[in-house]
Amino acid sequence: MDILYFAWVRERIGVPRERVESGAATVNDLVAELRAREERYEAAFADLSALRVALDQELSDFDAPLEGVREVAFFPPMTGG
Amino acid sequence: MRISVQEEPFDLGVEAEEFAKGADEVGAVVTFTGVVRDSDAGGMQVMEIEHYPGMTEKALTQIAQEAVQRWSLGDVLVIHRHGRLRPGDRIMMVATAARHRKAAFEAAEYLMDYLKSRAPFWKKEISADTADWVAAKDEDEDALSRW
Repeated sequence: MDILYFAWVRERIGVPRERVESGAATVNDLVAELRAREERYEAAFADLSALRVALDQELSDFDAPLEGVREVAFFPPMTGG
Repeated sequence: MRISVQEEPFDLGVEAEEFAKGADEVGAVVTFTGVVRDSDAGGMQVMEIEHYPGMTEKALTQIAQEAVQRWSLGDVLVIHRHGRLRPGDRIMMVATAARHRKAAFEAAEYLMDYLKSRAPFWKKEISADTADWVAAKDEDEDALSRW
């Protein structure tokens, strides 16, 4: 699946998007896989309450299932307007 | 209904004029324009606005459709810019057309409240020696509960 990062999440991880092969069942499982990878992921995902997640461009939750999902995006709370 | 996510500036007069045209079934048109203001600390040179192409258009369309249904709007317009803006630049506008002014005003407020915390934009304030992401405010999230 494709994983996208925005704002300071993108800056901490160092790339705007990447392709990841993962068998994670839920967003939380995916986050755990990413955090175990490298320090920069640990830094970005340290506080999940400061993050939001979108699945296939719809705002979702960290306990949501990933089955059939093609695009996961992580970002801080939005500041439009 | 028109949704535009764009880097280039927009002409407020032209947009308002175009929107109000052909609104002969409605009695009220409300427009709101957001302007880039300096950071609280002052000295901001650039506001950089990042967005999530694809999701932004989808989210704005959903928010606008909800407003059309709820207030039986005749029409709705949302323009939101991204990229590098300067203090004083117009960053976004919404316009609503309804039979009565209460509906037009309320729908415009609804659009603004949802745009603030449900449209995937992020702002960074850049001054000569700092660059800070703008944090979302609790009151912006709380504002949604009134709808």
